[in-house]
Amino acid sequence: MGFEILSYGFMQRALVSGIAIALMCSVVGLFLVLRRHSLFGDALAHSAFGGIAAGLFLGIYPIWTAFVVCILSALGLTKIRQRFQISGDAMVAILLSSGLAMGVILISLAGGFTVNLFSFLFGSILLVSLENTILILGLAGSILIVILLLYRQLVYTTFNEEQAKVSGIQVEKLSYLLVVIAGITVVSSMQLVGILLTSSLIVIPNVTAMLFSRGFKQTSILSMIFAVFSAVAGILTSYSFNVAPGGMIVLISIILFGGSLGIKSFRQKKRVLVLNKEATKLS
Amino acid sequence: MIVEIENLTINYDGILALDNVSLSVEEKDFLGIIGPNGAGKTTLFSCMLGLLNNYNGEIKFFGANIRKSKQYLHQIGFVPQKPVFEKNFPATVAEVVGMGLTKNQKDNTIDKVLQKVWLHELSHRRIGDLSGGQQQRVFIAKALVNDPQILILDEPVTGIDLQSKDLFYQILRDLNQKDNITVIWSSHDLDAVAKLASKVACLNRTLFFHGISEEFFHNENLLKMYSESSMQMHMHNHEN
Repeated sequence: MGFEILSYGFMQRALVSGIAIALMCSVVGLFLVLRRHSLFGDALAHSAFGGIAAGLFLGIYPIWTAFVVCILSALGLTKIRQRFQISGDAMVAILLSSGLAMGVILISLAGGFTVNLFSFLFGSILLVSLENTILILGLAGSILIVILLLYRQLVYTTFNEEQAKVSGIQVEKLSYLLVVIAGITVVSSMQLVGILLTSSLIVIPNVTAMLFSRGFKQTSILSMIFAVFSAVAGILTSYSFNVAPGGMIVLISIILFGGSLGIKSFRQKKRVLVLNKEATKLS
Repeated sequence: MIVEIENLTINYDGILALDNVSLSVEEKDFLGIIGPNGAGKTTLFSCMLGLLNNYNGEIKFFGANIRKSKQYLHQIGFVPQKPVFEKNFPATVAEVVGMGLTKNQKDNTIDKVLQKVWLHELSHRRIGDLSGGQQQRVFIAKALVNDPQILILDEPVTGIDLQSKDLFYQILRDLNQKDNITVIWSSHDLDAVAKLASKVACLNRTLFFHGISEEFFHNENLLKMYSESSMQMHMHNHEN
């Protein structure tokens, strides 16, 4: 594999979109992971599947219907959770299965679709058009700016909701904003990474970064580095081995996570050995 | 008066949590609020901080009704009973203190408030790696970061070792006496309240004493009333 693959238009689009998606997923994902909403991205992706099926069934561009269904589901879920105090994991399960059910019913009613649904499920480099790339870049830029502007409020609300409320932060509004942003992130990611694997890019780089870092900023930066590396390496290797990019991106992020666990464990053992040696010297 | 509470009554979870409570706080007061578990101390603070709104009566901060504006919150630092956060939350001590910033403060504000609570050397440590006492001091620093006029603390030393408690009380005394911060503090520790507070409010769903600290602690009848009432409440909680 040489540098010539970078001269292909589809590869350039995939890499640019991949980097933008990786940045979005890691930044939004950190807030979701720390709020114990790691599976929320998965539930949103499944509701997006319902949206895709609805778009194909109605003859509307499926990405638009996925955006609408995903955002409405996210807002509805948050409203129900706040009003009826249903636990987050139960609501995630409901959202996940209802999106999937909607998709399956619409696919059955249509007697299967001519469009390759497989690409949406597992991602495809070829699926990312120039228009999609521009849309993804625009959305990623907007999301990153919004998060940067509301950074302190978002971090504080994630750390402790009640105290954030006491300091005058509008916690409920921020929660709605975060789920809308998460919905946009998931739908933007699914063409490249695939519906079934989008949530991995939201969760794994953040969990890996948290193994090493002390502070929030440090964790965000490390997570972005891991996510971008996984996306770029995943896209390039998926082209070389002719496999779905979503799978390769997630596989590489899992390898990074495994390696990080190994390094962390080695460091801990080394520290214990040093402490034992010092204790022996003292005695 | 910087805080005025008039005829505050609230039902919480179907129980009369506060019944016709009226009290006031003057500038630079160090008010100790005492009462047994379930006496309504946390409910009172929740109403004062705008976390509960379904009460009858009136609460005024700096002369303004808190139902009309939440601006008063910027003049208040709050330290909760026990800071609840994810143990592995990736935030340094300095980052946690910085979360409280609502005004455009100078760059060294965080260092200064950490010095006040004697934690400046730990500013780069992860919050979850600190002891309970140190974490509570971080939360005091966070409450102080906007230079508040009032500090509200809800049983802040629960579950903290004796040495950390003494340091904590020393910090509170300095904040009140040197920095002129009004302190409103709920506690079970009568000895500490007797030593530190200039005024005492004795709460057991209703307010049965509010006045100068010495008046309360030198009046055996009042102390007896307080212990009987605490015992009744303890029995009531135990039966439920």
